[in-house]
Amino acid sequence: MKDFLQLKKNIKKDFSGFKTIKLAVLGDTATQFLTQAIKGLGYDYAMNLDIWEADFNQIERQVYDPSSELYDFKPEYVIVFQSSHKLLGKYNKLKPEEYALLATKEISSIETICNTITNNLDAKIIYFNYTEIDDAVFGNHANKTASSFLYQLRKLNFNLMELASKNPNLYLCDISSIQNQVGKSNMFQPALYINTEMVLGIDILPKVASKTIDLISTLNGKFKKCVILDLDNTTWGGIIGDDGLENIQIGSLGIGKAFSEFQYWIKKLKNRGIIVAVCSKNTESVAKEPFEKHPDMVLRLEDISVFIANWENKADNIRQIQNILNIGFDSMVFLDDNPFERNIVRENIPEICVPEMPEDPANYLEFLYGLNLFETVSFSNEDAERTKLYQIEAERAKIAQKFTNEDDFLKNLEMVSTVEPFNKFNTPRIAQLSQRSNQFNLRTVRYSEADIERISNSGDYATFSFTLEDKFGDNGLICAIILHKENEKTLFVDTWFMSCRVLKRGMENFVLNTIVDFAKENGFTTIKGEYIPTAKNPMMKDHYHNLGFTKDHSYFTLEVDKYQFKTNYIKVKQ
Amino acid sequence: MTRNEILAGINEIFIDTMDDKDIVLKETTQAADIEEWDSIIHILLVVAIEKRFDIHFASNEIQNWKDISEIIDSISSKI
Repeated sequence: MKDFLQLKKNIKKDFSGFKTIKLAVLGDTATQFLTQAIKGLGYDYAMNLDIWEADFNQIERQVYDPSSELYDFKPEYVIVFQSSHKLLGKYNKLKPEEYALLATKEISSIETICNTITNNLDAKIIYFNYTEIDDAVFGNHANKTASSFLYQLRKLNFNLMELASKNPNLYLCDISSIQNQVGKSNMFQPALYINTEMVLGIDILPKVASKTIDLISTLNGKFKKCVILDLDNTTWGGIIGDDGLENIQIGSLGIGKAFSEFQYWIKKLKNRGIIVAVCSKNTESVAKEPFEKHPDMVLRLEDISVFIANWENKADNIRQIQNILNIGFDSMVFLDDNPFERNIVRENIPEICVPEMPEDPANYLEFLYGLNLFETVSFSNEDAERTKLYQIEAERAKIAQKFTNEDDFLKNLEMVSTVEPFNKFNTPRIAQLSQRSNQFNLRTVRYSEADIERISNSGDYATFSFTLEDKFGDNGLICAIILHKENEKTLFVDTWFMSCRVLKRGMENFVLNTIVDFAKENGFTTIKGEYIPTAKNPMMKDHYHNLGFTKDHSYFTLEVDKYQFKTNYIKVKQ
Repeated sequence: MTRNEILAGINEIFIDTMDDKDIVLKETTQAADIEEWDSIIHILLVVAIEKRFDIHFASNEIQNWKDISEIIDSISSKI
């Protein structure tokens, strides 16, 4: 990780061509260095962070004054950093009988701050939680005493999590976990604090900046979706082909515990929705044997979406995995104990993330924890089902090979779709897809849950969500449309994104038929679309053209009365 | 370590921290002589000097230096 000075040097580099993101920083201590670290690290994430920093200790003034510079700046993200030291200062000034009320008072003030920001700005709030300070007034007894500072601080951190879990606009940046990792003496330098009012030590700034940018970058749709595992000496100890099933190290054998715990971690990631793939230099049947027969294996074949074991080059195998999953290389992580394989993959596929695994497997987990590879800003039940969905997709791919005629194949799938407006049940999934879809996304405008709610409650918009089910299984909600009623005659397709799982099923025809139906019923004559190119969506370039729209300057338009309904094999589910 | 060796060490730190290869320090150099040397940069300089010489300054020390020679005095009293 780069040190603070290196990040500071980044600030002078050329940010042109990077996406500009407006960020406000409000702190109750001096935040200049933190701001510089975030700005500088932005360069390495290809982000041009346009940062406005409030004067020191101005949180309330900026938030409660509707004409403040904060609201004038109109940021997309607001960082609120209230320090544990200032919290301790507040506690110190309380009367002893009020000590036990600190967390309750603070959380209600934080809630008001968040609500006020949300009412005045279309911005997401990133709130730094509290690093622990034990003022050693009660010793261990602080844990049994509600009026101790430590008790109140920990309670407040818990209250923050509760608040964040019900407020879709509020995200916590967990700097407390950074302190747990590095220790307080590395987080906080007393002399620096006394002299400059800075509560973060110089050397910890890059870590705090990265924890912050991980969040922003994830909210902008950049995050990891898949982990690819090597097997021998990565997933288990030893070499299955040489040592045999009984002698690979897993469970209680040798260093097996390290590998078992590693597998539990992968399993939890899988349950969270990360796709797990295997890429191993082995004979396939030999490589699969432990998954099928070893009693101590935590991972089983049903946990693996794509299993590739052969003697080919790993870079080529990973390309094949990418082809099946249809996700970007930059959303994949490759874990392999062998430096040679890591280098081959890195050199051939520079976008993929290849962590430099420690030599001793005992260190694998702690090392991987420290990288924070799998940041996410949402979690839904669909995530847990993802492995199955990709396995079903592999099945479908096999069936498709049997049909020479695509129409016959599509007819045979017996597809049905549920079409309904956005509602409180599908909002989380729609927000999530809005953040995840890159390839089939016409304008790539990212909407949070709060945005989706606002749009579905507004009379200016019409919204549609689509599910797709076939005889192999249910894909769940896979497409969303937001139509903006520009005027009495024109509907603008503000949002059209679709999961790549359902490409080539005629879904786009079905969706356009639905849009035109709506337009006709409500007296609109023109449908207007726009394609905003990104690095990820070139396959959408001719989307509107292929659907029969006419190019009109930077937009595409379709006259409703001339529209011929498009053939497809999807039925509306009643 | 001689005063000149300490001066050379500090000079390297200044060049690195301010990202300016042309900085040449003398014992009489003051904050006003170097454009980038503000209170924020000062903190970074102190942290870097502490690291390089493996010493710690007391809080009241670092605010009282008038020029480079006083920084060298502080350092040489600790190593």
